[in-house]
Amino acid sequence: MYRYDEFDREFVAARVAQFRDQVARRVSGELSEDNFKPLRLHNGVYLQLHAYMLRVAVPYGTLNSSQMRMLAHIARKYDRDYGHFTTRQNIQFNWPKLADIPDILEDLASVEMHAIQTSGNCIRNVTADHFAGASADEVADPRPYAEILRQWSTIHPEFLFLPRKFKIAVIGSPSDRAAMQFHDIGLEVRKNDQGELGLRVFVGGGLGRTPMIGKLIRDWLPEEDMLSYCEAILRVYNLYGRRDNKYKARIKILVHETGLEELKEDVEVEFERIRDGVLKLPDEDVAAITEYFAPPQFDQIPERSDSIEHAKLDNRSFARWVGQNVSEHSQSGYGIVTVALKGTGEAPGDATSAQMDVLADLGERYSHDELRVSHEQNVILPHVRLSDLKAVYDALLEAGMASPNAGLITDIIACPGLDYCALATARSIPVAQELSQRFADLDRQNDIGELKLKISGCINACGHHHVGHIGILGVDRRGEELYQVTLGGSGDEQAAVGEIIGRGFAADEITNAVETIVDTYLSRRLSDDETFLDAYRRLGPQPFKDALYPAKEAA
Amino acid sequence: MSTLFVDGAVHEDRWVSVDGEQPVPEGEDVIVSLAVFEAQSHALVTRNAGRLGVYLEAGDQIEAIADHLDHIVLVALDFPSFADGRAFSKARLLRDRYQFEGQIRATGDIRIDQVSHMRRSGFDAFQVSHQPTIDSLIEDKDSGLDLFYQPAVGDSAERIAGKNWARRAL
Ligand code: SF4
Repeated sequence: MYRYDEFDREFVAARVAQFRDQVARRVSGELSEDNFKPLRLHNGVYLQLHAYMLRVAVPYGTLNSSQMRMLAHIARKYDRDYGHFTTRQNIQFNWPKLADIPDILEDLASVEMHAIQTSGNCIRNVTADHFAGASADEVADPRPYAEILRQWSTIHPEFLFLPRKFKIAVIGSPSDRAAMQFHDIGLEVRKNDQGELGLRVFVGGGLGRTPMIGKLIRDWLPEEDMLSYCEAILRVYNLYGRRDNKYKARIKILVHETGLEELKEDVEVEFERIRDGVLKLPDEDVAAITEYFAPPQFDQIPERSDSIEHAKLDNRSFARWVGQNVSEHSQSGYGIVTVALKGTGEAPGDATSAQMDVLADLGERYSHDELRVSHEQNVILPHVRLSDLKAVYDALLEAGMASPNAGLITDIIACPGLDYCALATARSIPVAQELSQRFADLDRQNDIGELKLKISGCINACGHHHVGHIGILGVDRRGEELYQVTLGGSGDEQAAVGEIIGRGFAADEITNAVETIVDTYLSRRLSDDETFLDAYRRLGPQPFKDALYPAKEAA
Repeated sequence: MSTLFVDGAVHEDRWVSVDGEQPVPEGEDVIVSLAVFEAQSHALVTRNAGRLGVYLEAGDQIEAIADHLDHIVLVALDFPSFADGRAFSKARLLRDRYQFEGQIRATGDIRIDQVSHMRRSGFDAFQVSHQPTIDSLIEDKDSGLDLFYQPAVGDSAERIAGKNWARRAL
């Protein structure tokens, strides 16, 4: 994985020193909150309902065990012994003291991490497929591109005060595990017929109040032009994006209102002007960054591990976990392990310091010192020998992280909601907890099969409810929490925005409503192989409406 | 009261701002609003004495003056709020796309922590009202770093080996 060079180290150290000075000026009263706000935002510091919150970037989701250990240390020393992994490959600490934040940033810098641009109207932490460099279907590792983008976007002087935040995601496989098409810019690394690498570029995707699927703006962009093209898009957006209404300020609205063709023309004109300039990527620099992400030294081992096959026969829970949480690796004899941070009744994405330490140890010992965080709020061990799976499982079980529910209905995404977030209109964590309890039965979960359930505590959609197969949005109706349900959303390569199914449900009805939806699916599916999403696409909303609102049907 | 900084030093502002109905004073250096410029562009670019500057509000586009840049020696770009970053890209376009070599002056809500970003986007003059920012600029503290992950306008900074996009201030 990427290691800081002298330049990166100096840069981050200088940033920390700069912020330390700013915090001191704030604490002494020299800086008002008003003047301090833009500065703290560019350093990932939010003011939440009860306290300051620090959001730390895990660039493109990749980290090593010493970094994970540092996150555990920070949670233990400066917070309440836990952290929250978000849907943007970040981790949030909910209770740090402002005066401690410079020290936290310095601790982070010591392991090559930072919180730069995890908030504010700027280019945010660049995200990527969490299976990058490991999955069997990969064309090329997206992370070198994400790293170059991370660098270029870091304190880009022109793009720190954009109309709104700006998110970029990169994938390198035909299957989209990063919801790439729901980002302001989505990039897919591809190979052309000559075997050259380039990118397919999508623009104007996003969730929030007005969910939109990204539009294809360029089918083939040579890799050397990546920065010029992104700079051209950002420049056009910065100049023309709306600033009169923050709900219409994302680039998706500009694309929608201007029309893709006209916007594309502006972008292409600017791109043609700058493409042969200073931002052109030299092959050797791309190669040097790519080298950091070279695959680890894999052993030549058989595709099947007999000991594991035996262990599976002996231990049904283990077999279930392997079946659900281990994905196919590009290297024979290895697997990708998803550690679901979704134990029954737990807050999705939360991990204690002790759990983070366990994950760090497992990454170090069994996964070539690599870990990932996913936008689905799970932690990934990307390179595990199949013969080590039992040891990994046992350790996870002991640490309470062996939920065999990756991709199942209880692998819920939920934003922090009203329990923490100042913008929330409803709680989301308690809803997730109740649902996870209701569907706790593993046989039932397995019978239901792949089902993505996503919950947001307000219209900002941090819980990605629009792309949930079942999405839940908490709203406020005259002081009461009400939960609106959308069906049929999908964040993968067959991107779709879920449709609102009807009137919302009260907090004490929503779990039953989800159960009704699931039961309707089970009774209507063609076979066990027809997933919820496939069945919904075939059936449409009507049967679900009929089941949810029977009285209305009678009327 | 605002203080004008040009190339890092305090400057007396001899330019006269012209907006609305008032006539353009003969022989003076003037900064006219875009509306004035558009109404009288021919007269303005053919004046015999007095230099010409144009003031663009955040919503005005550079294209509106692009054809006349040969006759314009100063462009003032407004920041109605520090959070409105449009002028960064406009300065960039002026320098890069139109090779504008005159003064680019930032006006409006300018905070010290943005000055270094403005410089790297092409600004070389700052009309500042925010007192702490004025104080810092007088002390020559712009709070910026010397390391950059991207090339900038008229860059004389050193390139970083292996990172063609990064720069270190000389
Ligand atoms: S969706 Fe709303 S409530 Fe949830 S984290 Fe985002 S802003 Fe907060």
